[in-house]
Amino acid sequence: MLEQQLVNALTLGSVYALFSLGFTLVFGVLEVINLSHGAMFMAGSFAALTVVTRLKAPLAVGILAAMLVSGLLGLAIDALILKRLRARHAPHLIPMIATIGATTVLTSAAQGLFGVEVQRFPDELLPTREFIFGSVHVRALELAIVGIAFLLMTTLFLVLRHTRQGRALRAIAESPKAAALLGINVEGLFLATSFTAAALGGVAGLLIGLNFNSVTPLMGQPILHKGIAVVILGGMGDIRGALFGGLFLGFAEVLSKAYLSSQMGDAVAFGLLFLILLVRPAGLFGRVLERKA
Amino acid sequence: MEAFADFWATYSTLIFTVGIHALLALSLWLTLSCGLLSLANAAFMGIGAYTAALLTLHLHWPFPMVLAAGALAPAAVALVIGAPTLRLSGVYLAMATLAFGEVTRILVLNLEITGGPEGLNGIPLLTTWWHILLILAAAGYALARLRRSRMGRAFEAIREDEVAARMMGIDVEGHKLAAFTLGAVLAGLAGALNAHSTFFISPREYGFENAVDILTMTILGGISSLIGPVLGATILTLLPELLRFLHAYRLAVNGLILIGVVLFLPTGLWDSRRLRQLAGAWRTRREGKP
Amino acid sequence: MSMLSIRGVGKHFGGLQVLQDVNIEVPGGAIFALIGPNGAGKTTVFNLVTGLLRPSSGSIAFQGQDLAGIAPHKITRLGIARTFQNIRLFPDMTLLQNVMVGRHHLTSYSGLAALFALPSFREAERRSRERALELLSWVKLDHKAEATADNLSYGEQRKLEFARALATEPKLLLLDEPVAGMNSSEKAVLMEEIRNIRDRGYGVFLIEHDMRFVMNLCDRVAVLNFGRIIAEGAPEEIRNSPEVIEAYLGRGDEAEVLP
Repeated sequence: MLEQQLVNALTLGSVYALFSLGFTLVFGVLEVINLSHGAMFMAGSFAALTVVTRLKAPLAVGILAAMLVSGLLGLAIDALILKRLRARHAPHLIPMIATIGATTVLTSAAQGLFGVEVQRFPDELLPTREFIFGSVHVRALELAIVGIAFLLMTTLFLVLRHTRQGRALRAIAESPKAAALLGINVEGLFLATSFTAAALGGVAGLLIGLNFNSVTPLMGQPILHKGIAVVILGGMGDIRGALFGGLFLGFAEVLSKAYLSSQMGDAVAFGLLFLILLVRPAGLFGRVLERKA
Repeated sequence: MEAFADFWATYSTLIFTVGIHALLALSLWLTLSCGLLSLANAAFMGIGAYTAALLTLHLHWPFPMVLAAGALAPAAVALVIGAPTLRLSGVYLAMATLAFGEVTRILVLNLEITGGPEGLNGIPLLTTWWHILLILAAAGYALARLRRSRMGRAFEAIREDEVAARMMGIDVEGHKLAAFTLGAVLAGLAGALNAHSTFFISPREYGFENAVDILTMTILGGISSLIGPVLGATILTLLPELLRFLHAYRLAVNGLILIGVVLFLPTGLWDSRRLRQLAGAWRTRREGKP
Repeated sequence: MSMLSIRGVGKHFGGLQVLQDVNIEVPGGAIFALIGPNGAGKTTVFNLVTGLLRPSSGSIAFQGQDLAGIAPHKITRLGIARTFQNIRLFPDMTLLQNVMVGRHHLTSYSGLAALFALPSFREAERRSRERALELLSWVKLDHKAEATADNLSYGEQRKLEFARALATEPKLLLLDEPVAGMNSSEKAVLMEEIRNIRDRGYGVFLIEHDMRFVMNLCDRVAVLNFGRIIAEGAPEEIRNSPEVIEAYLGRGDEAEVLP
């Protein structure tokens, strides 16, 4: 039984990590807690669902649609709202409040367009094969989810580490002013970051939607809370921390649900999170930044 | 007279809700006036509501004592969690209070005494319109007095520049804890009043969305005076009723308002300073003309 | 006897040694200056004295009382007030409110008295307001008492910060680069204000890198370079000290030309 739970935990954990990666990327680069990231997750899921059911497109096209639609929404939020707040040097909490507004708009729009009921992917589209390793059954879908999540995360790591844009982004994360002086197109990279982060969030939404075969306008809310937990666990703005934090939360959740009670699993996760915030506000893996008075 | 009775029968719930939301917005105003962005006030409201409802249902306490307990229980919790939490600043504080709210909600969802996901049913309708009006007026008066006292000035100083406030001899930690706890008192009162005006309560009413709603009302109204939060609460409570024709898109209006305020009216609808300047300009113009 | 004693104080941030074995004796009732090039660690000295930072080694005593472990707001209440290099006012509050915030610990009444505006509340508030207005008149800002602080010119903001610091009724006033960003006529006015403050019996401890300003104003000067005190004495002695000329005055023209 334990092995089976570990497979579930890895699946869930890798999607949490993928979702949180975008969330933490925006915080690290734009210094904004983007609470609309859950709405990107939801939008990606609906975009893919629409493409595969209405246009009868294959699932691969659905993935691209999820990335594109969510990415463009993220871009729009940045260009229409966050950019103006940056220009005004609004304190950090103001953009956060604006993203709450954007979430409400998008959730409400999804309810208007698709209704409040749970929507499902057509069964014939989902891979049905199962692999059996000893006592463990692994669905092809789960393998694909873990594979896609890690493929995207690896790509992001490589881009951040080895490309000119990636280095520029890390410079911005250190100090946007210094980066601007170095001739880096800060605004352009802010937009690119918003697009990328939202696109990752959208794919994460599609993967969760497939895993549980359930898509609803409100699906962004619980994942957002988990993303916040992951990002605090891993350290705000810490890319590697988001990966470890996401996997950690996946395992903590699945195992406590299996061996404690189904609901208390969440209480344990958030209780832990609350404690971590008190003891190490910069996260388990984050560096503690001491600000000079 | 009959027309009024009809009106009251139709709209009394709505009017109760406006009053309770106004009280909640004032509770967040108090916390914000000290520069603390707390998302814990919805949870404090829940703690107050459950405490009060349980005391009425099981121990049959008289209503005034129930209200007092509903205010004091969340205040006690605020004192305990405030000391460590309020060391965090800005976004970290917002996240910590959000986590606290989630822990509270999940606990209420799972405890036997709170009735789990179904919540508590059959709470007697003890709240009357004058309870709400009286408590709202008393809270408004007390906060207005507070603003004019050394404590109110200290809150404002801490909000504007924490280090400078410290250098003025202000005990920053103590004042933050006071603002956080007094905010919990008002939120708890709102919860206790709410529990006894709606017949039943459930954990769903005190989650993240509610914390966000309270924040939206307060920010929309503006925090430069006490009128702002009350105005914001009134508008956002009545607006969904006026927008019924939009059906599912109704909530989108709330979101657009929030974005619009943040972008174009950063100080909220009721900015006392801007209004004073406007009034001043109007007077000069009028006096300029013979 | 000195009012403030800084003995053998060192401070490092991680591996970066900012101050090393700093010894300063600041007398009462006089103007004492700590000078040194930018980045020498001057503001760190102020942050240590006011309790915003803790020394890594050594001790700081005010009127014979060791300040180790005392919270910053309590240090203020002992009688040390400060201004900031980059001016930190409460911009949305009026001038009067700014100064009254400084009277926080000197204005006392119960919560009940405040709630019902009892005589004890009104009396304490009236006294606080009168003293605040008096301090504003010392720096010639009383006519703007009801304006908000963000409407002030740069020089006026500096003067308001003085008045606000004085409102805590300090015995020693720490001024962090009080003339930074001022033109020469503004500087002259401010110099006069600082002398007035000293003549009213306050001790003044200021940080500056404008040499001419310091030499004309101060009773005693210490020089900080790369985290160490390299000279201390009367202004003439400092002017003629070969070490100071070597370390600091060698770049003197540059330091003076810079605003």
